[in-house]
Amino acid sequence: MALHFELVTPAKLVRSEDVHMVVVPGTEGEFGVLEGHAPFMSTIADGALKVYRTEGAAPEEIRITGGFAEVGDKGLTVLAEHVG
Amino acid sequence: MASLKELKGRINSVKSTQKITKAKQMVAAAKLRKAQAAAESARPYAARLAEVMGSLASKITVSENSPKLLAGTGSDKVHLLVVANSDKGLCGAFNSNIVKAARVKAKELEAQGKTVLFYLVGRKGRAPLRREFPKQIAHMFDTTDVRDPGFDEAERIANELVALYEDGKFDVAHLFYSKFRSALLQEPTDQQIIPVPAPKAVAATAGADAVTEYEPEEEEILAALLPRYLRTQLFGALLENAASEQGASMTAMDNATRNAGDLIKKLTIQYNRSRQAAITTELVEIIAGAEAL
Repeated sequence: MALHFELVTPAKLVRSEDVHMVVVPGTEGEFGVLEGHAPFMSTIADGALKVYRTEGAAPEEIRITGGFAEVGDKGLTVLAEHVG
Repeated sequence: MASLKELKGRINSVKSTQKITKAKQMVAAAKLRKAQAAAESARPYAARLAEVMGSLASKITVSENSPKLLAGTGSDKVHLLVVANSDKGLCGAFNSNIVKAARVKAKELEAQGKTVLFYLVGRKGRAPLRREFPKQIAHMFDTTDVRDPGFDEAERIANELVALYEDGKFDVAHLFYSKFRSALLQEPTDQQIIPVPAPKAVAATAGADAVTEYEPEEEEILAALLPRYLRTQLFGALLENAASEQGASMTAMDNATRNAGDLIKKLTIQYNRSRQAAITTELVEIIAGAEAL
């Protein structure tokens, strides 16, 4: 029961790991992605991704700007121009 | 014939030149490795973005309502040539090859009655292009204070280009840079960047994508992604250019080192010959003197 999460910037692949859930601040509202999410694409407002490593754990926040999220069979891929 | 002392001086000076070129060659080799690694790590983002653009493009038909960056301004009178060069020399024909490609394209466009403008990145392309097209340099982007071209530079260039484009300063933009094939081979490349050439639609994933949801609508996502796509392409070009520069520099310096070696060998032979000639003359003089007694 794990979601494969990748965070990619133009310079490098920042993260590639299995997590429980990621909450993404989409331009049209926040959405959480769990394993088995339907294929989905959205632009992301500048803000923080919340990464939950395990169920109920405190989220880790990653600030990104210029983001784009893609959910597919391979999991969640976030393309961001700047991280940090 | 040069005197022995002069020859010795020349040999020493060529030797110190050879030391410099050898050092520069090793520096270039190290930097090349770094530049290649940077280009390597930029690949996942570019590949993913191209994939997304492809699947979006397959769903959208280009019409008048499409974003200007994709559909174009409706005319192609004014062409902007973005020429990416390096800031430093000592890299063989690297810069002049790019400039040459840009110049050929400029002449070709002018022959068709189009207006040509230049946007120069890097220092080394300025002099030759300014000499030939003094009135057509739209802007010069300075990278002299940056050590390695990064995404920030690509972003600034792309933003300036988009601003110029939206002001109606040009209709079509071409990017000139050097594609990195290997340390021995760099290919000057001409690539249209504005309007963004429609990304190739990915047919294979059409079945899986059929159920993909979009938020906001496809058109809006595409409009948001176009400038990013442009930035990514510029970033990729800057990285390729950096790798090419180091590759060209390595090759050029390798040649220079070898040439210096040849020259030293030749001068040494000449030096030894003159020395022997001097000794022989001295001996002949002594023997002649002894015989005269």
